[in-house]
Amino acid sequence: MKIHYCDSLIIGGGLAGLRSAVAASTKGLNVTVISMVPVKRSHSAAAQGGMQASLGNSKMSQGDNEDLHFVDTVKGSDWGCDQEVARMFVNTAPKAIRELAAWGVPWTRIKEGSRSAIINEEKVTIDEDPDADGLIHSRDFGGTKKWRTCFSADATGHSMLFSVANEAIKRDIEIQDRKEAISLIHKEDRCYGAVVRDLITGELSAYVAKGTMIATGGYGRLYRTTTNAVICEGIGHALALETGKVPLGNMEAVQFHPTPIVPSGILLTEGCRGDGGVLRDKDGHRFMPDYEPEKKELASRDVVARRMMEHIKKGKGVGEGRESYVWLDISILGREHIEKNLRDVQDIAITFNGIDPADEGKSGWLPVHPAQHYSMGGIRTDRTGETKLRGLFSAGEAACWDLHGFNRLGGNSVSEAVVSGMIVGNYFADYCKAHDINISTNYVQESIRKQDLELDRILTLEGPEDIFEIKAKMQDIMDNKVGVFRNGLELKEAVYELEELYEKTDQITVKAKNKIHNDELTEAYRVPKMLKIALCVAKGARDRTESRGAHYREDYEKRDDVNWLSRTLAYWRNEEDTLPELEYEPLDITMMELPPGFRGYGKKGNIIENPDSAIRQKEVDEIRQEMTKAGKDRVEIQNELMPYKLQREYKAINYRVGDRL
Amino acid sequence: MKKGARELTISILKFNPHDSNSRPKMVEYKVKERPSMSLFLALSTIREKLDHDLAFDFVCRAGICGSCGMLVNGKPQLACKTQTKDFKDGKITLMPMPAFELIKDLSVDTGKWMNGMSKRVGSWIHTSEHTDIGKVEKRIDPDVADEIFELDRCIECGICVASCITKIMRPDFIGAVGLNRVVRFSIDPHDERRDTDFYELIGDDDGIFGCMSLMGCEDHCPKDIPLQQKIAYLRSKMVNQRNT
Repeated sequence: MKIHYCDSLIIGGGLAGLRSAVAASTKGLNVTVISMVPVKRSHSAAAQGGMQASLGNSKMSQGDNEDLHFVDTVKGSDWGCDQEVARMFVNTAPKAIRELAAWGVPWTRIKEGSRSAIINEEKVTIDEDPDADGLIHSRDFGGTKKWRTCFSADATGHSMLFSVANEAIKRDIEIQDRKEAISLIHKEDRCYGAVVRDLITGELSAYVAKGTMIATGGYGRLYRTTTNAVICEGIGHALALETGKVPLGNMEAVQFHPTPIVPSGILLTEGCRGDGGVLRDKDGHRFMPDYEPEKKELASRDVVARRMMEHIKKGKGVGEGRESYVWLDISILGREHIEKNLRDVQDIAITFNGIDPADEGKSGWLPVHPAQHYSMGGIRTDRTGETKLRGLFSAGEAACWDLHGFNRLGGNSVSEAVVSGMIVGNYFADYCKAHDINISTNYVQESIRKQDLELDRILTLEGPEDIFEIKAKMQDIMDNKVGVFRNGLELKEAVYELEELYEKTDQITVKAKNKIHNDELTEAYRVPKMLKIALCVAKGARDRTESRGAHYREDYEKRDDVNWLSRTLAYWRNEEDTLPELEYEPLDITMMELPPGFRGYGKKGNIIENPDSAIRQKEVDEIRQEMTKAGKDRVEIQNELMPYKLQREYKAINYRVGDRL
Repeated sequence: MKKGARELTISILKFNPHDSNSRPKMVEYKVKERPSMSLFLALSTIREKLDHDLAFDFVCRAGICGSCGMLVNGKPQLACKTQTKDFKDGKITLMPMPAFELIKDLSVDTGKWMNGMSKRVGSWIHTSEHTDIGKVEKRIDPDVADEIFELDRCIECGICVASCITKIMRPDFIGAVGLNRVVRFSIDPHDERRDTDFYELIGDDDGIFGCMSLMGCEDHCPKDIPLQQKIAYLRSKMVNQRNT
């Protein structure tokens, strides 16, 4: 049995994993990245619309700064996020984008002079300042006060991933693709690496490291209708959960994107609406202003998705019943704009639906319906990205750091991936430098043997069930009962049915008995892991009797800051358990820079207020007023309201065009 | 029969080079067509219902990640972007892409090949400049940024390599993907390399001078990258280098 040793082991080769690998390599560590697919195929590549960073270069983003990005992010999260993490993030995002520019990401740049744009269905002219010429451009996205989302047309994630992957290649970082971590090696509260399966040869081996990071993305494939790539199955989450020591945070916080195309569920970027596209019902009526007079199509994703479903439920969708959808109209943006800035959207629409969205009028309208898109929940970490198992870190979508709370803003995902790769990546590297590997080879070999025996056990099962059918049933349950609108009765059923399915994974027969390239065997060990994650989502949703961000309960429509201003922690403590145990971690209002209030979009008066919110708000207002009077600047005021720790190189000030240097 | 509910006949080459008992063979599968069915859906259905052992690669299934290149009725293309309705007789033959190491059935190792290519052409920004990431970024002409982006859109799917006659004759040929990466970095103001540096990398018959201009690459590129034009541009620059 082979044992590979390295300083830093990173599981997952998307943006977060690769940027962390660069961080560790830069600190002189020997890094190995394990990935199920060639790393440039990772799901980060599918991010289309852009990356939020408050550069404030373009006309429509002038005056933007970290404070505004912070407020938008916290409101977007419906006050579910960790505000200190949000501060760490917004201060690092401008640095991340500038680093990526230097690494060659071809960000779309500003051209001095006038250009036309569509805002609220009207053609307007925007004049870009001469001193912004050649700087990084930005577009509008949902839930933001400024046009803050920087982009490379609509292939932003692709360009970012390729640049970071090439930086990893340049540094000779060991990248091992078509390999899957199937369990973590851990002993006495410390993690030592992972047992890894070669997806070509079927061979099991151990990767032993000083520190291990999980950066495996989201768990969208628990659902049938999802924009996520087929590899986003939550396997990384299961690895952490199965240690029994590491909780998963807020797993019920699942984002449904408003505009995947029907029926394939392939994403059409929020940039469509950011650039001026609108949503229309079966009568061609633009309905969002009726519900959200201020933000219209550009409220946060959870709100827009619900409004669409609400409108469809009123019989205003195109088509009947569950198949019903609404139209996304970007034809009003004009062919030139679409063919330059929304090119992949056009390609997807033509390829998969035979519709050219640049065609004028109704023939260019695209059928859209909300579908699963992003996992706010994930492996719970502290602010440095470390889990409760020492030496085990997590970053990016896989983690619950917790930047997004109960709803992530568009443009904050690839941004978080890179930023956490910088911040958490550095903390992770520091850990790896400060620790030794002190685990016996005997223990490591036992860990491999245990997994090998588990595969043998699966191959000897002789039951009537089919693993592919179990997976399909799980996806249907998640779609039908743990979706955009949730209620206690259906969630109770979902938990019951998922638990039953989980038990049935022991009653299957895997037809081919070989361990090499046997996809049925692969499914047979993955699906039980997926069901554990699905149970964390469904049980978390069942027990959370409030509505917050993307978690919406028809039977508890209000956000309940008295009882539910807390983070769900799901544990799987014993191997023989069939349900996760839930605990809750309270969020402390008295420490918040931005105490809970109204988000500025969504239904009004829908909050059960916590009395502490008003008390803290008064305190914050007084401090702000006093310090402003005393001539303190916004950085000093922020530091007084909610001091936060961050590596010095990232805490440093971000200069903007027009600042005196 | 209801329209769109016809039966497709999909023939697939099955072979596992890692199994000494395996011999290449064509296997035929019958699949009921569904509305807007792509080969991703058709192959997933086959694996779920008819043959759990069939190997192929999909990741994004939206034409973005470049995982699923294969020969569809002899033509290299992305399977996820291939619609079954486009096959009038309902017959589709699938084979793995040539030029790459076969993993099993329709799965080939493009990742390993692309990593090698990336290293060979130094597919990253080469600079001696230190960037202060707290400061305003370097200005780039917006038209130049667009031009770089146009070439940066390559998803390294390997279809250009599988379409290339030179690659069949010269196993070490860098392919259109590699030449495109060179052009992409040569026009990027962040990259300090000059034509002489690029000439060292691709100024031979395994590089720019191996191309016979048959342009299978351009014909099949799923991202419509202007390969013909860029290869011609690179060749003229490299000819100048050779002549100096």
